[in-house]
Amino acid sequence: MDLKEGQIRIPSGCAVSAVISRQGNAVNGEKIVKSMIPMHERSNGLGGGFAAYGIYPEYAEFYAFHMFFDSRQAKIDFETYIKEFFEIVKSEIIPTKKIRAIVNEPLIMRYFLAPMKSRLADAQLDEREFVARTVMRINCKIEGACVVSSGKNMGVFKAVGYPEDVGEFYSLSEYDAYLWTAHGRYPTNTPGWWGGAHPFGLLDYTVVHNGEISSYDANRRFIEMFGYKCTLQTDTEVITYIADFLLRRQKLTLEETALVIAAPFWSTIAKCDKEKKDKLTYLRYVFSSLLITGPFSIILGFDGGVMALNDRLKLRSMVTGEKKDLFFIASEEAAIRAMEPEAENIYSPDGGEPIIVKVEKEAQK
Amino acid sequence: MITINASTHDNASLCEMIKQAKDDVKISHCLGERFLGVGLKDRYIEIDGTPGNALGAYLNGGSVKVNGNAQDAVGDTMNAGTIVIYGNAGDAVGYAMRGGKIYIKGNAGYRAGIHIKAYKEKFPVIVIGGRCGSFLGEYQAGGLIIVLGLCKSEKNVTGNFPCTGMHGGRVLIRGDVSKITFPEQVSVGEATEEDMNTAMPYIKEFCSLFGYELSEVLGSAFTAVKPNSANPYKQMYVEN
Repeated sequence: MDLKEGQIRIPSGCAVSAVISRQGNAVNGEKIVKSMIPMHERSNGLGGGFAAYGIYPEYAEFYAFHMFFDSRQAKIDFETYIKEFFEIVKSEIIPTKKIRAIVNEPLIMRYFLAPMKSRLADAQLDEREFVARTVMRINCKIEGACVVSSGKNMGVFKAVGYPEDVGEFYSLSEYDAYLWTAHGRYPTNTPGWWGGAHPFGLLDYTVVHNGEISSYDANRRFIEMFGYKCTLQTDTEVITYIADFLLRRQKLTLEETALVIAAPFWSTIAKCDKEKKDKLTYLRYVFSSLLITGPFSIILGFDGGVMALNDRLKLRSMVTGEKKDLFFIASEEAAIRAMEPEAENIYSPDGGEPIIVKVEKEAQK
Repeated sequence: MITINASTHDNASLCEMIKQAKDDVKISHCLGERFLGVGLKDRYIEIDGTPGNALGAYLNGGSVKVNGNAQDAVGDTMNAGTIVIYGNAGDAVGYAMRGGKIYIKGNAGYRAGIHIKAYKEKFPVIVIGGRCGSFLGEYQAGGLIIVLGLCKSEKNVTGNFPCTGMHGGRVLIRGDVSKITFPEQVSVGEATEEDMNTAMPYIKEFCSLFGYELSEVLGSAFTAVKPNSANPYKQMYVEN
């Protein structure tokens, strides 16, 4: 029997990349797949994946659930459960292409869902909280069902394999998105399995991550007090929930979120003026358990934008660049040049320096 | 000189072709190929494009020129030879190098010169034309790192925590260091004549490589950073 994550520990290098059109223009999936080719050696074939934003404009008002099912029974159990709370507007198998490099795939489906008004009223929750709790419940309680992504007008495509092969498997050249993020996995502590590939998604938040966070258990214990359940036994999952908790529930800005998870050192804070010092001290005290330590470079995708962030010691690489309307982020400059040979303003963000790029408001409509 | 188009070969065979070549090599269309020029004893490699990580690792006397930016770990553990980058370098440039020279026209990333060391006739030198990220010369044990700050930037010429754990060698920084905090275990002062004499051949070579006037580079004061005693960390442990 294959051991899943949490049942075995293998004592990372990974690859991340992203491209966003600031005008909200369509970028074909081929471009992001190309970025992963020069970074092939950063992965070992045990996980690859992509998040795409703006891909379901015709179903933009519904929650798009991308699902993995280990068995027919898991699908039946999921559908029985979801029908109690949501109207299924559409459900279909996500088209995939049989290729030699990708094997043992689960049943891969997508559902466009609308929460039932009566159920929502009974629950006395706002809609997004209602959906987030549904995701947690499915991942915890329904054996063999895994919610891969659950936001509106977006989706996550991931698998066990090299990212270039995963792109071919899902035929990403068939999708146009205003934002793409990508990940090539080199799991070190845990084995690779489909649910454990990146990106990790909750609502419209997705995270791809290169690194290995040493604060995982401290972060997990804190975040689980707020109803999140870490079921995938891999460190990136907790970063996704932290982002959701700070941004959606605590209503922090992206900059403040970066100051919590990659908080400046006390010695750096001591050098700031009083107003800044007070704010930084407040954030460090209130959210001390959400400081993420250990090496990471992450790309957080969300509805309308993207944020790149390194750990404060910058123990992983990250480069940004741009060309006209497009903005690029990657573990290596070569990956950016694979997408755009003439990329300009190549820049390496400092540790803890968030790089935030949003689609201009008008273009989003 | 042999010309190789990197886009028509996989990484491993490109490295092998460089190794087997009897002549100097020019690589075109380079896009992230790693380990180029590893352990090269002699000969010259010129690269157009963006070479991948660990360029010139274990370099042992050869020379490498990059017409563009380089990525992480340039000259990792190099022993002898020269690497010249006509752009920026990524993180950990000159990681644990113990000999040879690295010249960078632009900026360097985090941890430039980490663990650089000197031994007998081996004396490694890194010259950075622009600025560098945090942890410059971390755990430096020997050799010389020069940061010139010639490229305009709103940031300090070095990032935070330069020379942390330094216990040998020296770092020379051109321009204003008043906003940079150094650790207690190093001494920071105006560069002496002896410091400048040691650095001068390398500053001159930098100028001739990248087309700077020596008078312009020497127009600003240099600060020298050195460990402040033979055993700066003994106060942290028991007397021995």
